Order: sequence, then structure tokens, then C-alpha cells
Amino acid sequence: MPLRLLKYAISREHPAPRFFRDCVEPKKTYDVVIIGGGGHGLAAAYYLAKDYGITNVAVLEKGYIGGGNTGRNTTIIRSNYLTPEGVKFYDASVKIYEGLSEELDLNLFYSNRGHFTLAHTESAMRTMRWRAEVNKHVGVESYVVGPDEISKACPQLDISCSGQAPIIGALYHAPGSVARHDGVAWGYARGADQFGVEIFQNTEVTRIDVKGGKVCGVQTNNGYISTNKVLSAVAGFTPRITQMVDLQTPIVIHPLQACVTEPMKPWLDTILVSGSLHVYVSQSSRGELVMGSSLDPYEMHSTRSSLDFVEGLTSHITDMFPFLSNVKVVRQWAGMADLTPDFAPIMGKTPIEGFYLDAGWGTWGFKATPISGKTMAETIARDMAPDLIKSFRLSRFEDYELTGEKGAASVGH
Amino acid sequence: MSSRLINQPTEWIDRDKPFSFTYEGQKVTAFEGDTISSALWANGIRVLGRSFKYHRARGILTLANHDVNALMTDGLDTNIRADVLPVQADMTLTAVNTTGGVLKDRSQFIDKISPLLPVGFYYKAFHTPRRFFPFWEDKIRKAAGLGEVNFNYPRIPKPKQHAHCDVLIIGAGISGLSAALSVAEQGLSVIIVDENAKAGGSLTYDMADQASSQLAELLNAIEQHDNIRLITNAYAAGYYADHLVPIVETSGITKVRAKALIVASGAFEQPPVFRNNDLPGVMMGSAAQRLIYRYAVKPFEKGVVVTANDYGYRTALDLVSAGVDVLAVIDMRREGSRSPLIDELKDKQVAVHKASCVYEVIASKHKLGVSEVVICAYDELMAEADTKNKIRLKCDGVAMSAGWAPAAALLYQAGTKMRFDSGLQQFVPAELPEGVFAAGKVNGVFELSQRALDGQRAAAEAMNYLGKSVATVEVKQHQGTSPSHAYPVVNHPKGKNFVDFDEDIQVKDFINAAKEGFDNIELMKRFTTVGMGPSQGKHSNMNAIRILARIRDLPVEKIGTTTARPFFHPTPIGHLGGRGFHPHRYTAMHEWHIENGGQMTAAGLWMRPACYLPEGCHLTAQQATHQEAMAVRTKAGIIDNSTLGKIEVYGPDAAAFLERVYTGKFVRQKVGQYRIAMLLDEAGVMVDDGLACRLEEDRFYLTTSTTNSAMVYRQLQREAQLCGLSVSLANLTGAKAAMTIAGPAAAEIISQFSSVDLAATAFPTGSVVETQIADIECLLLRVAFVAEQAFEIHLPAAAGLSVWSQLMQAGQPFGLQAYGTDAQRLLRLEMGHHLIGHDTDGLTNPFEAHAEPLIAMDKTFFTGQRSLQIIAKKPLNKTLVNFVLDSNCVGELPNECNLVIDNGDIAGRITSIAFSPYLQRVIGIAFVPPEKHLPGSRFDIRNDAGDLIAATVIQSPTELAKSA
Repeated sequence: MPLRLLKYAISREHPAPRFFRDCVEPKKTYDVVIIGGGGHGLAAAYYLAKDYGITNVAVLEKGYIGGGNTGRNTTIIRSNYLTPEGVKFYDASVKIYEGLSEELDLNLFYSNRGHFTLAHTESAMRTMRWRAEVNKHVGVESYVVGPDEISKACPQLDISCSGQAPIIGALYHAPGSVARHDGVAWGYARGADQFGVEIFQNTEVTRIDVKGGKVCGVQTNNGYISTNKVLSAVAGFTPRITQMVDLQTPIVIHPLQACVTEPMKPWLDTILVSGSLHVYVSQSSRGELVMGSSLDPYEMHSTRSSLDFVEGLTSHITDMFPFLSNVKVVRQWAGMADLTPDFAPIMGKTPIEGFYLDAGWGTWGFKATPISGKTMAETIARDMAPDLIKSFRLSRFEDYELTGEKGAASVGH
Repeated sequence: MSSRLINQPTEWIDRDKPFSFTYEGQKVTAFEGDTISSALWANGIRVLGRSFKYHRARGILTLANHDVNALMTDGLDTNIRADVLPVQADMTLTAVNTTGGVLKDRSQFIDKISPLLPVGFYYKAFHTPRRFFPFWEDKIRKAAGLGEVNFNYPRIPKPKQHAHCDVLIIGAGISGLSAALSVAEQGLSVIIVDENAKAGGSLTYDMADQASSQLAELLNAIEQHDNIRLITNAYAAGYYADHLVPIVETSGITKVRAKALIVASGAFEQPPVFRNNDLPGVMMGSAAQRLIYRYAVKPFEKGVVVTANDYGYRTALDLVSAGVDVLAVIDMRREGSRSPLIDELKDKQVAVHKASCVYEVIASKHKLGVSEVVICAYDELMAEADTKNKIRLKCDGVAMSAGWAPAAALLYQAGTKMRFDSGLQQFVPAELPEGVFAAGKVNGVFELSQRALDGQRAAAEAMNYLGKSVATVEVKQHQGTSPSHAYPVVNHPKGKNFVDFDEDIQVKDFINAAKEGFDNIELMKRFTTVGMGPSQGKHSNMNAIRILARIRDLPVEKIGTTTARPFFHPTPIGHLGGRGFHPHRYTAMHEWHIENGGQMTAAGLWMRPACYLPEGCHLTAQQATHQEAMAVRTKAGIIDNSTLGKIEVYGPDAAAFLERVYTGKFVRQKVGQYRIAMLLDEAGVMVDDGLACRLEEDRFYLTTSTTNSAMVYRQLQREAQLCGLSVSLANLTGAKAAMTIAGPAAAEIISQFSSVDLAATAFPTGSVVETQIADIECLLLRVAFVAEQAFEIHLPAAAGLSVWSQLMQAGQPFGLQAYGTDAQRLLRLEMGHHLIGHDTDGLTNPFEAHAEPLIAMDKTFFTGQRSLQIIAKKPLNKTLVNFVLDSNCVGELPNECNLVIDNGDIAGRITSIAFSPYLQRVIGIAFVPPEKHLPGSRFDIRNDAGDLIAATVIQSPTELAKSA
């Protein structure tokens, strides 16, 4: 048993102080206001304080921290993208994640499990090879494997998928990992709080004031705040925020759903994704299978669940694992995914001075949490986006310099 | 020792059908109608499971699927819910998540070291130093989880049914049954479901003796009524948009779409919280009542009832009647009860202590049961026990009644706004969504006569909603004391006073979580994991909310609830997945392909032959493909193209419509000609291409690629709606078969069945004619995609096989060979044609693919035009070229998607590559930097082995053929 737990055991009450102060009323003015107390917003706050000494920062969260897509995703972390820009960016994120538990002194259960993207068709195999080639070129450990290697890593998988869609190979991505999503938000919140950042939950932004093309303040249900710098990091709520400043983005919102089973003893050691069967699955440290599927096919600004989703997903999961017939799904839920036309995020400055955007995360924001926080912090601090995110700028949609990541979305969307 | 009681008039067991089964190696007797737990309890077996985290012995808590104390495995199935699963003869069961048996579980030491494992302990340790984490992680993973999955469990695809009704009622208790009868009597159809084996709700155990005749009468009326379908042993798994409710039975799911929904799902009994409230023998009052009335099982021999409402008094009387030595009723309320039941209890010599509590339960040996309870005075306002004067009573059981939480999951999922009624101490519906109604305990109505009335009231409202005019029914507000205690929690310095039995969460866990900042209900849930276990907070969420409210010194309504999500009970994957249909489409010639060795592969939903390996053929797939391709080059080949999308576009504005959607011009196109139709998306990316054949001035026949046919048709429909032109669309994809005959002998073969002059001069490429082939009306096109001489035939699907067979036969003397999609790919590569979606990707614009001739930028509008106007002004980033490898090229042959490398960096990629047996060269298509677009340019490909292979840009492989 680690000494730390002994320490807790000896003290009758936990010595652990609050993770974050109970901030009630915002001050009149802040250097930076971050809208959205999810992983991205909190990470940006943390790095603003840590890397640039900017601590007069308010994070405004309309619900509770980590309650949006941070707490709704299936916690997969990977960097096996399709464009060199994407691979480099997500690889930088993976690198931070690997040391993040130590940095934040919170066990995020960052668990390196290896990630297989299964291919059932020749055309899927082509995309796998493309991704593998680009990954290898950038120095990320991804390669194409055959059915034997997949069976070795996951002997329970029916390679023939009940005869419906035989697996012919996979893209193996060694760094593929999972982590405790809540912990990421809490760790960054605690880290930011320790530097003096103030986090306000139940605080919703209702208006953003722009004068002469510059941000000057935000109205909340918890008072008015003057500020010259606002970061929007609200994922599925992005259109509601950008509307407040009259900013056009090509983002559309589709629901993305997921579900978990009852806990069972560990048997699935890897992360599996099947594009053809629209399934991604891993087993959490609690023993639940965490499963997700493709985006719902319609635009909707809501987190309601649908029966269709869970019917389709479970049908396909039994193609892969026929013995799961009587394993039970405990809970399903949905998040709002903010999609861009090229399936790459939108990060950086906007035409409105002092209004910074971190959005367009679609189905893959969690894995980018550390690096998006770090790069957005730099963007705000220097008022200039670092090279790593230049290809994610909003203006690319006007000048047609798209960063095509559609082929690397986890399952066919 | 048997705890089975003499025959109870209300019992569900059939004493004429005894049998035995095995639990933890011990032979146990049961009657039909028993659940696993009730049979075990009847046999004096008290330890039914071990808890998730601390491995504490657990027995019956709710006997109602509101907890997971008793999870078992029969070796095949796992996480079996023993409390509710009917026991069967010869079952061989063990508890899950134990090592060395449930009684001697070797993991029970964890209970002793529980101080080492405080709430959220796994966030606090194991991560430094980093290299040790995998070791700890492995330990934690193995300790977590419940049952083990058997990898040989068969796939059981359950069928799904659909049902419709006017009113769906969830819960067949007195409220639901009354509602059902009211609705049915007005001529509307009702489906009413209940998760229990028998209808009747709480009346099957609470007041079961007094209310039995009233219930029997009601059930009789329900049974007689043709408009009512009563389904028991079935639970409503969730609420989905527009009143869609999946009803789960053992046999499968019925998806019910109702016009209105009445939720009469009752309430879950909530445990008071005190030290060791989880020991086997400590159970809910309602669980004790269920044991007695349903299964004729004595809950314990000697015990106490701890209560904070009047339900405990009735439970005490029931226990006395069952022969239990009830030592005391301990009422946590300062004023105790004013119920006349007190006098009855006094008559039975049962002591009643008001303003008292069970301070703790003392465990028997090995913590396997109860040996004593410790009682002391209790200040309910301060929620503190006064331990100065403790009374100890030796006993083996405790029945607990502290209050109720509404079974409101479906109401929440439907979007009901709930408010906290402090008089009732319960969340009740404040604002119901349209067409959703609530009745009975879930609606805060507890008194028996009022519950029946409330059912009728909800029925009346539902019927009025459905357009009937029915008189409303008045229901009396709840009067008297609350059925639920405001804070049934007793602190204890040593803890182990459990709130969530699934997750072993104690009061101090909440206090510590709040101190660490997790002091709103959602964060608390996530940090402590309260309500996240398999019973989803049914027995724990309400107490968690009350505890947090007290910690924060806020009223309960300020704390709120967590979001309720499907499913109400965990639902099997096999039920949800159903029979797992995988649709496939077969062309009219499918059988012929199979008979002739077609190697079928999926193309979208369609099945197509990749190549043919007839019986007795000893070729590899690649050899067969080469042979098929060579046949096309030297003689003739035929391919089944029926999978192409086929859309008829007609109406006065047909041509104008096509011009709006596609990049080219069609208005001046001549009848009898086709043009290539290229489709872009709004960003100017190439999406699809096909042929637009003008058959009449106002009628076009349009083809699309196989994979995009559904998408293109959808988009055309959308455009037709938007543009306001006079145009209609008909999707003929499935109605028509299609085939292509290609090669030097193609015309000659077709001529045997057709009068059309097929000479290149008379019928050049680009021509289309409606004609007859083998007496079948068809469309004939001269195309040049796979060979210089090729003809596409589109005809009714019904005639597809016959015409195909006749052509095959007539072609035999010419060496006509059927070819598959692999040969087709190779053939078009030899012709230098790229495939959209194969050689292009999600960002490729037409300029990069040299498709300018297909674009009419001077039109006023077409989809993607605005984007092209911008892109046209920018320099190209990449360009698509044909290439050939050096004839003396050595090393591993590159694969599609290998990268083009220039100065060590990515400069493009191979999109197609193949060895051409006709050209005897490796040819392909690649994206290269724009400056490399000229024939003769050289570039390097990095193959899988990491070696660079040189390639040369060519205009088209057809030139190689000419020069060869």
C-alpha cells in the first residue's frame, strides 16, 4: 500500500483541502474570462497561470465543472490522425497526458492500453495504411496489423464478426490510452485554483459586450464582469456563444451518444474501434464496458438519449463479442458534438479582438485537453497562435486551407 | 433450519411443485414461484453476496431489484439478480466477486483496511512514481468488477415486437390498475406493465391481507376487459421522444408507442442510515413484508423494527403475525406515531420507543449476521444519537422503514420538472410534459383510497388530452405525518453506516467529499460514485441528497437531483441488439455469380463479385483478375453494374435542375447523348460522378456511383425541394439491372441481339439510345471507362439474368469473360481514369483532379460554385497524376496510401497502384506536388519497408500501350 493511503488512514478526517474554492461572487473585472468549466477551459486557465503568470482569471461554468463533454466522452486518448498537423498536435497532447497525473498530483488513471482501429473492408484498410504512414513519418507509433495480431491482443474478439463483416486488419496505435475524464477536469481546476484562478459554477454567460470590434465584458446570471479577453471553450454550446458576438462559424451540432454496462471482471485489455460496425469500446478500471458509436445523423442541440442508438450499438457489439448477450447496459447518455466541415477543430484568434475560440471538437476533444489548454493559453497570453495550432484557425474556412481529418474520426461519421 | 411459514393466503409459491438447487455447494429446496433469494432465505441461508468494495457479507435488503446485494453466477450467466430471478430446479449458483466462497471470501480483509481506502482513494495515490502505476492499476482492475463473463455464453438474439396503444401505464399497483380500468371503460386501448410476477403493486405485501379482496376484484375486472393488455414480469426500460417506451421481458423487448403515458411506478423504500445497517438480517420493512406475504418466509426469528414513519408499525404487526419475536419498534421521530396501530402493537406486547434510534448493529461471528442491536435516544432535528443510555437487544434481524423515494426515472427522462414537497419529504411532479401523467406514490399520493382515485384522476386527464371529454376526479392532498423522514441518518464515529450498498459508501464519504469541494450533487455523485452502481441510486440517491443538503445547510430543493437516464433496470445487450439484422442487396444476376465462382464482397449494402474462381479453377484471385482484365483487352468481358445508382429526372425543368446541382451544362445537351455529371459539395469537394443521359427533352436518366447512390438521391431530393423548379425524381436503382460489355468483340456480341448500328461512327462514345436487346426494352450507351470499346446496358431488373445469360452464351465463341470489380479497377487504371472517393479524398477539389472540362463556371449557380471561384484564385496544393514505375524497379511493390516523399517530407500519396498484365508495368495514380504534374517528372514513393521507389509521371497509361 502506498504511504499516502496510510497517511489518510491515520488521520481521522481527510487532510485533503478543497480541490477548489467555493467562489460565489465574481469580481468586477478580470484579465481573462474563460467561458466553460470543462477540461479545455480549466486547462487553459491552469496554463495561463502556470506558464504566463496570468492569474487574474475567472472560469465561468453554467453547470458544474466537467459536466459537459468532459464528463460525457468515452475517455479515449490517441494521436493516430490523418494529417501531419493533426498527428503532431495530438501527439503533443499525449505527451503531456503521460506526465499529467504527477504534474497535477492526482491519479488520472492514465492507462496505456493500445488502440486498434479495425478494418472490415479494403477501403478501410487503405485509410489505415494512410494513417499509419503519416503517423510513422511524424514519429508516432502506429502500424497496420493483420487478424492474427488482433486476436493475440484480444482473443475474445470474433474476427469474423459473426460472419457479417470479417476483420481483415487494423491500425494499431501503441500510445492509445484511457483516463478518468472527471479527474482531468478536477485536476486542472485544482491546479488553476492553487494559482489563484477563480472558478464559478452555476454561472451562465448571457451576453458578451463588444465595442469597436473589441471585447469589453460579459454579462452573467451572477453579475457583470469587465474584461478585454474572453475565451469560449464550450464545445456543443459554441453556436450560442458565437451568436452573442455575431461571429460566423461553420460549426453544426450533432448528438453523440454512449453507454456503459454493469461492471465485470477485466477481460478487455485494449481499446477497440470498428468503423464499419460503428463501435468503440474499452473496459474501464471499474470493470464496465464503455461503448460509443457514430454521431446521430441529425443536427440537434440536446442531450437526450435515443433507443435507436443503443439498439444499433448493442447489435454490433454482439457481432464482435457474441458472448455479451446477457451482459446488461446500465446507463446511456448523450453529449453535443460541435462539428466542423473538415473534422478538425477551430482554435485561436477571431476577427473580434480579445475573443478567442476553442471549438469544433466534434467527437475528439477529451484527448486534446492538455494541449488545447496549453496552446490557447499561449494564444491569449501573446495574442498570437503558436505554430502547432495555426492550421486550426477559423479563417481557413474562408481561404480554403482545410485540415482534412474526416478519415481519422474514430468511426464513420 | 427452515424459515418457511405455513401457507399464507397471499403467497406466490406453489407448494405442490417443490424442487432443489445448489447454492455455494449446498443443496437447497425451493418451490415454484420462489426467487433465488426467497428460497435461500427460507432455507436459513443469510449470506447471499459480498459487497463491491469492502467485500462485506450481504443478505436481503429490498428483495425488489433496488439493490444488488445478491448477485450470482451459474457459471454461464453472470450478475444474476437473485432477489427477483425465479429460481429453477437444478440451478448451480455461487455469489459473484468472491474468492474461496461467499462465507469465507478471502477478500473480506479489505473491510478491515477500509480506512486505507477513503472516498476517492484511487485519485490520491498510486501515480507516483509513474513507473509503479501499471502494477497498482492491474491490482485495482482485478479487484473491481463484479461477475466474470463466460466467453462461451451463446449469442441469443431476441426478437423485438412493436405495440401501439392509446394509453401506456407503467406500474400495475392500485393507482395504475384503477387508471387502466377508467381508460378502458371509455373505449380506449391500454397496455399496463409491471415488473413483478403478479400485478397489485404494494398491495401484494403491504396491507396484503386487508386489501386482498379489493385487489382481486380490480384484477378480475382488468382481466375481463378486452381493451386492456396487462403484461407482468416486464419493466419499462426508459422513456424516449414521442412516448416511445421499450418494455423488457425475458422473451425480448416490445417497443410501445403510446398516445399518452401514465407513470404509476410507485416508490422505492429508503434505508435509514446507521452503523452496520448492511449486515445480513437487516432489511427494508417492505422486504420483510415481501418475504412473508409473497413467499411465506419468516424474515428473522427475533428482531426489532426501526422506523421513521407509520409503515414500520404495520411491518411490526406483520412480523408478529408471522411468528417473529418483535422486541421493539424504534421510532426515530420525536413525537412517535399517532397511528391506531400503536394500540394493536401494545396488545401484542411490543414495546414502542419514540425519539430513539438504532445506534448500531453488532455483528455476529465473522460479520455474517446480526447478534445485537444497540438502541439509544435520538434527536431528530440535530440528527444525533444520545449514547449515554444504550439499550442492547439480542436479536437476529432488523426491519427498517424510514421513507420512500419516487420511482420517477421515466418521468425525469420525459422531461418532467419535479419539485420537493417538504410536507411529504418527497420530490413530486410539478410540471409534466405533454401527454405524460403521474399517479399514486410517484405523484406523492400515499393513502390507499386516494391512490385508486389518483389513478382515475390521471386517467381522466389522459383521456381529456386524447380528446375525450371526461369528468375530472378530485384527489385529497396528503394529510398527517410524512411517509418519509427528513433525515434518517445516525452518525457513528466508527462509520460503516451505509448510504449506497452497491458502492459501499458511508456517511463520512459524503462529508469528506464535500470538504474536498465536491459539494454539489453532480460532483458528489461523480466523486463518491453514489448512485453509479448497477441499482442506479434506487436506494441511495435520496439519502445522498439529504446528507448533502445538511452538509451545505441548504434546503433539499436547492440541492436538486442528478439526471435520470435510461435504463430503469440494466438491460441485456442481447435484448437491445435484437436479432441483429444486416441488410444486403443482391443484383438480378447474383445467382449466376455464385454459380460461376464469384468471390462476393460488400460494396455498401450490395454484394458484388471481386473476381470469379469457378469450380476446378486453380488460379489465385490475382491471377483470375489478370485473366479477366486481359480478356477485356483482347476479346470481350462483361460486368454486372446493377449496383450503380439510377435516377430518372423528368419535368419541364429537368435540364435546368441538373445544371443547378451538377457542375456541367445540360440545357443544350442533345437527346440521345449523355454527359458526365460531377457533383461537388458546398466546399467544392468532389463527391460523386455519373452519367446524365438525355432520353427526351424533359427526361434524363442519371447514374451515380454504387456507394453514393443513396446520398446523391437524398441530395437531389433536397435540391428539388429547395429550388422550386418543375422537376420530379424517380429512384430506379433497384428496379433496373445494368451490365457493361467491353473489349474488341463487344459490338459484335451485342449486335446479335440488337438492330442498333454499333459502329463507332454511327454510335460514338457519348451516345445513348432506348432500344431493345433480346426483345427487352433497355437503354444502351457507348462508354469508354474500362476499354475503348464498351457498351452499358440498363434494363428492367426482372430481365437482368435472362439477358445476361443470353449474352454470355452468344459471347462464348468470342471468348466473352465475366469480370469482377478487381479487374474493373485495374482496367480503368490502364485507361488512366481516377475514381472519386478512391483516388480523391474529403478535401479534393476538381482542379486538383484536372476535372476543369466538366465545370461550367459561367453558369449562374451550381453547388460548390462559390467555393470554386475562391479556390480557383489560389495556387494548387497538390495534383493527381498517372504514373508508372521503372520497368527495372526492384524492392517491395508500394501499396495504396504509401506516401510520396520529397526531401524527406510528405509530398503526396499513392491512391491507386497495380501491375498491369497488359502493359507489363506497374502503373498507378498519385497525389504529387503541383510542379510535378508534367509527364516525365520523377518522384519517390516510400514503400512499407521504408525504401524509396522511383516513379515517373505519365499522361495516361494508354500511351504506354501505344508505344509498346
